[in-house]
Amino acid sequence: MADQPLIHARGLVKRFGDFTAVAGIDLDVAPGEAFGFLGPNGAGKSSTMRMIGCVSTPTQGELRILGMDPVRDGTRIRARLGVCPQLDNLDPDLNVRENLTTYARYFGLSRAESRKRADELLEFVQLADRAEGKVEPLSGGMKRRLTIARAMVNDPDLVLLDEPTTGLDPQARHLVWERLFRLKQRGTTLVLTTHYMDEAEQLCDRLVVMDAGKIVAEGSPRSLIQTYSTAEVVELRFADGLDANADYAAKLDGIGERIDPLPDRILLYADDGDDAVSEVHRRGLAPASVLVRRSTLEDVFLQLTGRTLVD
Amino acid sequence: MMTTLVAARVSLSPSRVGAVINRNVGALRSGPAYWVVLISGFFEPLLYLLSIGVGVGALVGDLTVDGHTMSYAAFVAPAMLAVSAMSGALAETTFNFFFKLKYMKTFEAVLATPVRPFEIALGELVWAVVRGSVYTAIFLGFMVALGLSSVAGALAAFPATVLVGLAFGAVGMWVSTLMRGWQDFDLMGTGQFAMFLFSGTFSPVQNYPVGVEVLIQLTPLYHAVELVRGLCTGIVGPGLLVNAAYLVVMTVGGLWLASRRVEKMLCE
Repeated sequence: MADQPLIHARGLVKRFGDFTAVAGIDLDVAPGEAFGFLGPNGAGKSSTMRMIGCVSTPTQGELRILGMDPVRDGTRIRARLGVCPQLDNLDPDLNVRENLTTYARYFGLSRAESRKRADELLEFVQLADRAEGKVEPLSGGMKRRLTIARAMVNDPDLVLLDEPTTGLDPQARHLVWERLFRLKQRGTTLVLTTHYMDEAEQLCDRLVVMDAGKIVAEGSPRSLIQTYSTAEVVELRFADGLDANADYAAKLDGIGERIDPLPDRILLYADDGDDAVSEVHRRGLAPASVLVRRSTLEDVFLQLTGRTLVD
Repeated sequence: MMTTLVAARVSLSPSRVGAVINRNVGALRSGPAYWVVLISGFFEPLLYLLSIGVGVGALVGDLTVDGHTMSYAAFVAPAMLAVSAMSGALAETTFNFFFKLKYMKTFEAVLATPVRPFEIALGELVWAVVRGSVYTAIFLGFMVALGLSSVAGALAAFPATVLVGLAFGAVGMWVSTLMRGWQDFDLMGTGQFAMFLFSGTFSPVQNYPVGVEVLIQLTPLYHAVELVRGLCTGIVGPGLLVNAAYLVVMTVGGLWLASRRVEKMLCE
């Protein structure tokens, strides 16, 4: 029982009319894992999350959440889930604390328990001083943290976070990450979607890359980078770039493992970036700017789908 | 009675329905804005009662319906009471419900918890009727004070106003799940006003040509007015059972359709 996956999916499909949002995916998420869905908008991440959250019925395939069938046992499953949706849907008619206490009541917690739990969680997300205040004046980061607190109100076995930091400024993002990291350390199972590479690398033990409703790769951030990219990447920009990048790419042929000419820059995949840069200069090429960096999931995504992850 | 009917269809958790109501109790504290929308629903019928029931009533004199003679104001008052019960419940299950459904995404957040669409619909309806009943109770107080109803009549009519609130609240909730935007509420308002004028409110329906009379008898406010008036005035006949049955069907049907729509809209 202990090793039973919290999420188990085989051939999971979601269709809306003619449109296939999720085109047959297999998944297993183990207890204590931090699992990520990475992909651009429209990849099928949110549709998958909604099926896992038991608010959307699978069109086809097998899905078990916490060992139960989401169609038959939706209520029992949702009682043990915490959900942080993509768009904050906090209640503006209630103050900050009431947003948590009211929500706790939906899970059948008593008034006293709700109050206790709300105060603990406000402390945890660093909003205790705003407890009596209204929701509307909170910053984006604060609202997000409150939504995360709300998702924790029933002490869930599994927390679903749909793009937890989309739209937040860098400071607010780091604060959210830090809180999520603490949850992870406590052993809470996290499942999140993101289209931020750094977020996936920060938080996820394991992730799948989704594109057009399918899983195109799976593994730990490190192993994905090892499999689909090189240790380092050199970004070259030429002063007369844009139209000339394809010509430059030809002249760079043979350097590193792989060359990817993008409209604005050329990516050189190499295990030793500095070596590759020396070779570029040896060939008499003079890029306007050179950046050697570690490979990221962005490079993995580019390699897998042939497009940058900008949307 | 209704709860058992409904519980037979879906397993229902009273504590979850209570939690849905609890949210609205909490929202009351958010300030006067929440109250404004219901004020017109209360004052309109009262103003009509005073202007037409009492004012025009002085010109009309007494009225004889089915062999019973009563003052015009005593004829109009129960109808205004039924209208008050209707408007009170409708204000909550249309404007407020629509806002929570479409703009505030309240129900989306609730459906991520164990609460089911039907429990949301039922909780919202019960809340709407509880609030509406505060107004009908005050209205009944006015009627007794003005000598337009006996205390016994008022006590008998009160449960009927609850049923009227349930019936209109449930159907209104269903209708608001079909609304495309605020402009559709104008249409609903027009329908509501037409019923308000012609449902045996200001004159007995027998005054109209037979075709119109039958048409009116098919619409819901007529049954609400008949039931409330019968209990207020003590002129009770088997017809009241038909009126009550009509309202029960509205309640059950409206709730069922509303919760199905909510499920279809939010659990796709």
